Parts: sequence; structure tokens; C-alpha cells
Amino acid sequence: MIKTDILIIGAGPTGLFAVFEAGLLKLKCHLIDSLPMPGGQCAEIYPKKPIYDIPSHPEILAGDLVKNLKKQIAPFQPTYTLGESAISLVKADDNNFLVTTNKGTQHLAPVVVIAGGLGTFEPRKPPIEGLENFEGKGVNYIIKDPEVYHNKKVIIAGGGDSALDWTIFLENIAASVTLIHRRNEFRGALDSVEKVQQLKNKGLIQLLTPAEVIALEGDDFLDSVIVNHLGDSKSIECDSFIPLFGLTPKLGPIANWGLEIKKNAILVDNSLDYQTNIPGIYAIGDVNTYPGKLKLILCGFHEATLMCQSAFKRIHPDRKNVLKYTTVSGVAGFDGSLKEASKSFIKAIK
Amino acid sequence: MLKDITIHLIDREGISHTLSAPLDMQLNLMEICKAHELPVEGTCGGMAMCASCQCYIESSHSILERSADEEAMLSEAFYVKDNSRLGCQIQMSNAIDGLIVRLAPSE
Ligand SMILES: Cc1cc2nc3c(=O)[nH]c(=O)nc-3n(C[C@H](O)[C@H](O)[C@H](O)COP(=O)(O)OP(=O)(O)OC[C@H]3O[C@@H](n4cnc5c(N)ncnc54)[C@H](O)[C@@H]3O)c2cc1C
Ligand code: FES
Repeated sequence: MIKTDILIIGAGPTGLFAVFEAGLLKLKCHLIDSLPMPGGQCAEIYPKKPIYDIPSHPEILAGDLVKNLKKQIAPFQPTYTLGESAISLVKADDNNFLVTTNKGTQHLAPVVVIAGGLGTFEPRKPPIEGLENFEGKGVNYIIKDPEVYHNKKVIIAGGGDSALDWTIFLENIAASVTLIHRRNEFRGALDSVEKVQQLKNKGLIQLLTPAEVIALEGDDFLDSVIVNHLGDSKSIECDSFIPLFGLTPKLGPIANWGLEIKKNAILVDNSLDYQTNIPGIYAIGDVNTYPGKLKLILCGFHEATLMCQSAFKRIHPDRKNVLKYTTVSGVAGFDGSLKEASKSFIKAIK
Repeated sequence: MLKDITIHLIDREGISHTLSAPLDMQLNLMEICKAHELPVEGTCGGMAMCASCQCYIESSHSILERSADEEAMLSEAFYVKDNSRLGCQIQMSNAIDGLIVRLAPSE
């Protein structure tokens, strides 16, 4: 059981910055994220793209923003449960909530902050009839253990980096790899495109373009896929079909926690402290909504700051808290580090 | 001030909406839909990276051709037809006054 002061669901920019503001108030944070790395949309969707509206950064790459946030919060030693989705949130006792992930990891905290953005990133599934019946029975959207494909006949569909990269990787392991894409053009790193071209030239992989998987066959387990190639349909025998069309965010389990939901977001109490209809549960960043809401990083930072003040009062009802400037009082990390402004030097000139 | 143009948008339930769209705000079709609270996610913010704004053009207006990025995204989108476009890549202009578009199914 993981115990902490503030449990943050979602390690996007908003969740990460909340660790800093909580740290200034000496509150410890643990973050859960379904992605294998922190950074949310900035890390998953557009790490190499510039952002121009972060105050005092005329331009910053989304990936660098995440890197800087991680550096800024490092003194407060946040801990993480990564690659796991929070699927249930219940009251454990009068003062604590219990949050459990899809892998069964349990977390206990007096304050839960949902910073889940647009939700968990789920694989995009092509609309092929019966696809779901074969999930885990020949159809997989994520490759967890490549060794599973040892000596197997694999079909990959997609036209981006992951389809290219996995084609290259699995060619070494699988009995055969067929890459199927609706166009002849691929959108990926140049060297991956060239590598796949070489594999095709050497006859080490099959490339079917422009083509599309339109149906699946098999009784209990997948036996073959039906492919439409230049207007003709043909069946290709296979052990595995891996559609790789990227990820898309879905609000997911958050919608079932008894929180008031409006327009696919969590309704909060009108930007006072971003508390939800359940006291002790807050929602900040892209995941919340209130009149005038803007889904922007800088707004998420502001919401994280106000939320922490309220969370402090909840955790320490008997303690007074006064706002302090970091310039004046410095930043004392839980790791013993201290950052502070250099003191002015006073000495008489004779 | 430039006069607004009109877009006829058919939602996923088949209901038609008449949207008025300003020309001087640099808005695209995905943003016009969002501004009218129609169910278009626009997850990637209009970078031709998500296809959540896919729609079908049902009138004969001549629209700027698909860019390489739009073509690439559509090749990985679902429910794509010959008249598919990404709403975020269609800028408002006089040339599309009276455009009739239908939202593609959501994924
Ligand atoms: C292409 C693009 C360009 C953008 N440009 C800008 C810009 O220029 N300026 C700007 O201010 N904003 C921009 N944004 C928006 C900005 O990225 C978001 O406002 C910001 O990422 C929101 O941060 P967040 O931490 O609230 O949520 P997110 O970044 O969405 O992070 C939420 C995290 O929560 C996790 N999560 C959700 N549910 C669960 C669960 N049940 N269990 C475990 N983990 C969960 C998700 O995996 C995700 O990592 C852009 C967005 C995109 C897509
Ligand atoms: S909004 Fe993402 S492709 Fe148009």
C-alpha cells in the first residue's frame, strides 16, 4: 500500500506542477499515470513541437517543458506509479481515499487530485467487425513482450513510426512480417522508412500498399485476415494482427467515480479551489470544467496552486498557512537541499 | 468588417445546423464546430494529427486540396471516403460560403 499526503492521478504538466506547490507547503505527493513516462499530452502527443504561451518562455518545446518541470519538482522527491491506470476511487475511512490501479496497486491518501487531462491514452482501434472478439486471441494493439511473436506469422497495420519500428524489430523474431497500409507513403523517421524499404527489397518482409485489413477470420483464435489490396480481396494466414494507429485519450474510469461530469470533464466548484462534489477530491487542468474554463497549461498551473492551499487546510485543519514568496523563503527540498536568494552583504565603508 | 459566411453542418444524428462563420478570425471548420458546441473533439488542436475533426464534404465547392500532412493523417483515419477532409485544415473563406458538410463517425 502506497501512502502519501496528496495522491495525483495524471502526471501531465498540471499534475507535475502540483507537486511543486504542495512541496512548498511540506506536503508529499505520489503520481499515477497510465503512460510509461510523465508529461501527459506534452510527452505523448507533441514533445517536439514548440509552445509559445508559457509565461516567460517566448518559445519552449513541449518535451523541454516536461523536462524542466521534472527538474523543478525533483527536490520534493515525488514518487510514481507509471504504466498503470487508476480504475477505482473509494472512501477508505473518514479521512482517506483508496485508489486502485488496473494492476492492483493500492494508494491511500487524505487528498486525491485528479489531473487526468483528456483521460487515459487508449489505442485507436480500426472499425473491423468482430475485432474485439479477437483481442488477446491474436489481436493486440500494444506490444508488451516481443518474444511472444517468436516464429509467428505477424501482420502489422499502420503508416506511422510505431508500425515502421515494430516491422523492423519483429522481422528478426517472427516467422514472417507483413506490413499493410492504405497508402504507399509512410509518415515516419526517414531512416525507418528506408530500413523498411531495404527489408522489402531483400524479401525479408511483405509490404502491402495501398491495402487495408477489412475482416478477421478464426473460430476461437485468429487464423487469417482478409485484406483489400487494390480492389481485390484476399485472405492472409496469420497468428497475430497488430493494428498500430496511435493512441487517443478517453476519459475512461474517471467517469464512474461518482463525480459530477459535464461535457466529458469533471465539474468543479467555480474556480474557488477546484474541489469536486466529493470533498477531498480535487480536479485540475484539462480534466475539469467551470464557467470560463480554458484548457491551457498556464491555467492548469494556476489551478494547481490554488488547489494546494485548500488541500493544506484539509490535511492540517488546525494549522495556519501564510503565503510566502520563494524569493524570500527559498525552496527547501525534502532531500535536504536548499535553494535561496543570496543575502545582501552589509559592511561599512570607512 | 467582412460579412460572415454560412456553413451547413450535419451532425452524427443527422441533424442539420446552420452555422455562421466569421472570416476575420482565422478560424477553421473544426474551430467553428467547437465554437457552436458541436461534438467535435479537435484533440490535436488542429495539427492534422488526430482525425477527430474528420468530415465529408457534400456540396460541390472547390476547396484547397489536401496537404501532405492531411493526406497522411487521413490514410490512418477510419471511415474515410473520397470526400473526407479534416475540418481543422479547412480555413473559412468566401469560396466555401454555403458549404454542406457531414461529421464522420467518432472513433
Ligand atoms: C498538439 C497540442 C498542442 C497544444 N498546444 C498548447 C499550447 O500551445 N499552449 C497550451 O497552454 N496548451 C497547449 N495544449 C494543451 C495542453 O497540452 C494541455 O492543456 C495540457 O497538457 C493539460 O495538462 P494536464 O496535466 O491537465 O493533462 P494531460 O497533459 O492530458 O495529462 C493527463 C495525464 O493523466 C493521465 N491519466 C488520465 N486518466 C488516468 C487514469 N485513470 N489513471 C492514470 N493516469 C491517467 C494521462 O495518461 C495523462 O498522462 C496543446 C495540446 C495539444 C494536443
Ligand atoms: S483537430 Fe486533430 S486532425 Fe483536426
